[in-house]
Amino acid sequence: MSIELDFPAVLERWPNFVGGAILTLELAFFATVSGALLGTLAAVGRGTHSRLIARICKVYVEAIRNTPLLVQIFLVYFGLASIGLKLSAFTVAVVALTINVGAYTAEIMRAGFEAIPRGQIEAAEGLALTRFQIYWHIILLPAVEKVYPALTSQFVLLMLASSVCSQISAEELTAVANYIQSDTYRAFETYIIVAVLYILLSLVMRAGFWGLGLVLFPRRRQLGTPL
Amino acid sequence: MGGHLNINHLLFLGHGALWTIGLSLIALVGGAAVGFVIALARISPLKSVRLLSAAYVQIVQGTPLLVILFLGYFGLAAIGLQTSPLVAAGASLTIYVAAYLGEIWRGSIQSVPKPQWEAAEGLALSRTQRMMKVILPQAVRIATPPTVGFMVQIIKNTSLASVVGFVELMRSGQIVNNSLFEPFVVYAIIAAVYFAMCYPLSLFSQKLERRMGRGSVNPALA
Repeated sequence: MSIELDFPAVLERWPNFVGGAILTLELAFFATVSGALLGTLAAVGRGTHSRLIARICKVYVEAIRNTPLLVQIFLVYFGLASIGLKLSAFTVAVVALTINVGAYTAEIMRAGFEAIPRGQIEAAEGLALTRFQIYWHIILLPAVEKVYPALTSQFVLLMLASSVCSQISAEELTAVANYIQSDTYRAFETYIIVAVLYILLSLVMRAGFWGLGLVLFPRRRQLGTPL
Repeated sequence: MGGHLNINHLLFLGHGALWTIGLSLIALVGGAAVGFVIALARISPLKSVRLLSAAYVQIVQGTPLLVILFLGYFGLAAIGLQTSPLVAAGASLTIYVAAYLGEIWRGSIQSVPKPQWEAAEGLALSRTQRMMKVILPQAVRIATPPTVGFMVQIIKNTSLASVVGFVELMRSGQIVNNSLFEPFVVYAIIAAVYFAMCYPLSLFSQKLERRMGRGSVNPALA
């Protein structure tokens, strides 16, 4: 029972690792931006007076949150192909991840909306703000500020979950690892390096979101204190 | 191309679904046992124990489950153990689940109101007695809804065990699809089965949460 680890043999493939890490970040970026939009729309939709729209949004959120990402990716992959859409693996991965993270974002945003005191909205109505102004200034921005920590950890989880996209051969970090390990027969070393890279990526994302938070919410107050 | 979906295919999928439940239970039991130790270690009076357990949680939570599965699968082989996919998947999921359950339970233990700790101390209970008789019984109540909610994550995540060759629901779906080549139909059925397993748990977790009167307060915000 002896372990012989040979990291140099694997590390000389570093350009592939870096390329995979960059693609993982790109996947995470596109899916985060579009997923945040989709999720916010779904959260707004769940709160509308239209029964039908609220119902559709609820079905979307529950269907996604109660099935595995791997199944969703395959469904999108084969679903788009069966209606004749030939898209690259990267595009399919972004679409599937967007649909996935949109549902989680919707739940988080809904919690944010529910945390807005009713009096704030009534006060805004009393000041004759338009519906759009109320939604933007009184509901959406304060809600985002409240759920920002939950949102950002969801987006970091999304970056980690994007590893599943290797199963439809999107060339992100895990796919690169699968390829390198089958080339070098150094599976354990390869995945240790990849694990370290993912930890670094999640640290980078956390730091990025922390910085973004400082810029977006300069009057950041202690969480839990009223607005 | 092998004909149409028939009863044998469905039986095969059903068999896979049973293994999904089995693997979920293995991950839950193993993860709960290790996670409980992690939760206690995270609030240990010893700084080194706190740091070690915090590092464990950070490392596992910063690594995708897929990579942990590959590490488990190839790692056990690298130290010369003959591994079956079941052992590799069970061990990897245990490591993964423990990090998350450990954090959930640490939060639950710490959200038991401070005066309870102080009162127990004032009654001259030892640290073990305080934990067992005062804190943990109350923490269990707080921890139940998020733990049930996390069981949904466990069931969904067992689908990744398919990539190391463990024949659970997802893998059996892939095998059926290889003979039928009707991916959309097959994966839609798979999705429906996962939904049937997860949705009741989600509803139960929400119900427990409401009963606690804590609303849908996100633990990340507390």
